Amino acid sequence: MPKSLHTDNLNGNGSEMGSNRKLFSSDNIYRFSLTACAALILLIVAAMLIVMTQSSWLSIKEFGFGFLVGQVWDPIKGEFGALPFIYGTIVSSVIAVLIATPLSLGVAVFLVEQAPKSIARPMGFLVELLAAIPSVVYGLWAIFVLAPFLREYIFPPLQTTLGWLPFFKGTPTGIGMFTGGIILAIMITPIITAVVRDVLEAVPVTQREAALALGATKWETTRIVLANASSGIAGAVILGLGRAIGETMAVTMIIGNRPQISASLFDPAYTIASVIANEFTEATGDLYLSALIEMCLILFIVTFIVTALAKLLILSVSRKTQNIA
Amino acid sequence: MFGKNLITILIIGTLISASGCFSGRRGKGDAIKIQGAGSSFVNPLMQKWVSEYGKLNSNVRIDYQSIGSGGGVKQVKERTIQFGATDVAMSDADLKSAPSEIIHIPVILGAVVLTYNLAEVSQTLRFSPATIADIFLGKITRWDDERIKADNPDVALPSAPLTVVHRSDGSGTSAVFTNYLSKVSPEWKEKVGEGTSPSFPVGLGGKGNEGVTGQIKQTPNTIGYVELAYAVKNKMPVGEIKNKAGKYILPNFATVTNAAAESINETPDDLRVSLTDAAGADAYPISSYVYVLIYKDQPDEILGKTLVDFLSWGINDGQRFAESLYYAPLPQEMVKRTSTKIALVSHNGKSLRTQ
Repeated sequence: MPKSLHTDNLNGNGSEMGSNRKLFSSDNIYRFSLTACAALILLIVAAMLIVMTQSSWLSIKEFGFGFLVGQVWDPIKGEFGALPFIYGTIVSSVIAVLIATPLSLGVAVFLVEQAPKSIARPMGFLVELLAAIPSVVYGLWAIFVLAPFLREYIFPPLQTTLGWLPFFKGTPTGIGMFTGGIILAIMITPIITAVVRDVLEAVPVTQREAALALGATKWETTRIVLANASSGIAGAVILGLGRAIGETMAVTMIIGNRPQISASLFDPAYTIASVIANEFTEATGDLYLSALIEMCLILFIVTFIVTALAKLLILSVSRKTQNIA
Repeated sequence: MFGKNLITILIIGTLISASGCFSGRRGKGDAIKIQGAGSSFVNPLMQKWVSEYGKLNSNVRIDYQSIGSGGGVKQVKERTIQFGATDVAMSDADLKSAPSEIIHIPVILGAVVLTYNLAEVSQTLRFSPATIADIFLGKITRWDDERIKADNPDVALPSAPLTVVHRSDGSGTSAVFTNYLSKVSPEWKEKVGEGTSPSFPVGLGGKGNEGVTGQIKQTPNTIGYVELAYAVKNKMPVGEIKNKAGKYILPNFATVTNAAAESINETPDDLRVSLTDAAGADAYPISSYVYVLIYKDQPDEILGKTLVDFLSWGINDGQRFAESLYYAPLPQEMVKRTSTKIALVSHNGKSLRTQ
């Protein structure tokens, strides 16, 4: 708190407000409003956790830990298990990040390091535009364009060459886990790209000049810039991962909505966000509703854990790269 | 700086207090506002009714929100709306837990149809109940299966894998379809059962009628079920289904209305009836009523009167909008029985029917 002490002193010196100056000085109001904003975030998170736990208590009591490992989801018979949904959420998001990260890095580096301004400007604008497209539009495009394209031209050769792997078995209908992961990748690429671009632009020009002056090639210079921006890039990837986990509409339209754990990426799967969106409006019965709200709680916790893990992982990686640089 | 903030606060404050004025109680000459919600299937018709009825009664404002049948039932029970709409009649247990007696008003008819994507086949395919059950149970996995061939002896069926597409979101469509399958297949009844969110043994899930339609249109060799309106609007092939009388019936306005007319004698006093697997030579076997739910004892006289008038108008004059919006109209006998039902709606023991 040394900063605030400092501002208090400044206030005291130049005050014209009389005896109430401590309480109602503009700096105090300013500080108070900022604290209130920050506190509000914490309050909202706490309130959400409390309400969700409370509303899902019936299901928590009924199924206990079994809810997390149960594989059957049958509202008619009143059996609820979350494992296939957790699996689907994590796998589809991981596929998305694995595809989107190198792609976004490539686009961002091109925009910042390679492209002339006349191209970089409009392209940068396009990237931001892509980030603003509603997800239902991506979903419709996925049904009508992406899925048929993948089914006809990408999946068959993939199956003939890599069909011996368990990931590429079964009949590719174009609708399933892989397509879900790909549409997610397409959706999070603009976000990661936009953030990485800003991060790269923030790396001082002097670093590039120094590297070039030492005789580094453009590729070597870029590596140095990337290493210096690694923590920012990590942040961008986590932002993308967060969106991938929570994304609902587009995935729901393309993933096949089948609660099953199958090694094959061609098979349909289901995500937590999708089942909530699909079934909440027509959910009748207290236990059913309660189970769906417990899914919300799990999504909340999964997001928290995955983001934390990603942060830890990337932190350790970026430390290493910084050492190299 | 401070002056500006103060002005902003004042403006916001004024806005808040002004909006407070609007939410005040109803005075003389003000519009009568009625709030309804529920079934998304009936939404296009409801919006049409609301606008047409509004033209005749300029002082009435009806608002219908398409939030799903389950939501409609829930909000009626919580008394947050004046009427709900549902594709599936409320269960006895559901009715018992309501704060006061709820009556079912059938307003229109819908049908669930089988639609498929088989580029090689131009003829209309026929399906017997046992075949449909086996397809959706995952026991038939290829189009040239003997059971499909037996239903369609004259059709050259392709030797292709068969992919089932079903609804992934909870819906009245699934409820009607699984209600039918539970009636015609004991195995289905035992393994899956009926409900708005059945756990299908096989297939891909599409969100909403449009999701199922989209997946069937885009994926070759698929079969699925949608509301009649979606199949017609999207010009998709629709299968003929063998009914109880042993006849293969194509779904259309006439055969769906027939199913209701043929079931009129089995329809109980509270009008809650399942039309699936209906008897009668020309009855389409997967038809169903859409119900509006209202309290028999209306808490507000003016609102109650308006509601009764709106519903009476809907089941009489309103029926002519049905076919252009791809719904089947109620049979005449049902209009009569529904009218007598509406006459029972009362406020403090006094009937609200004006005619």
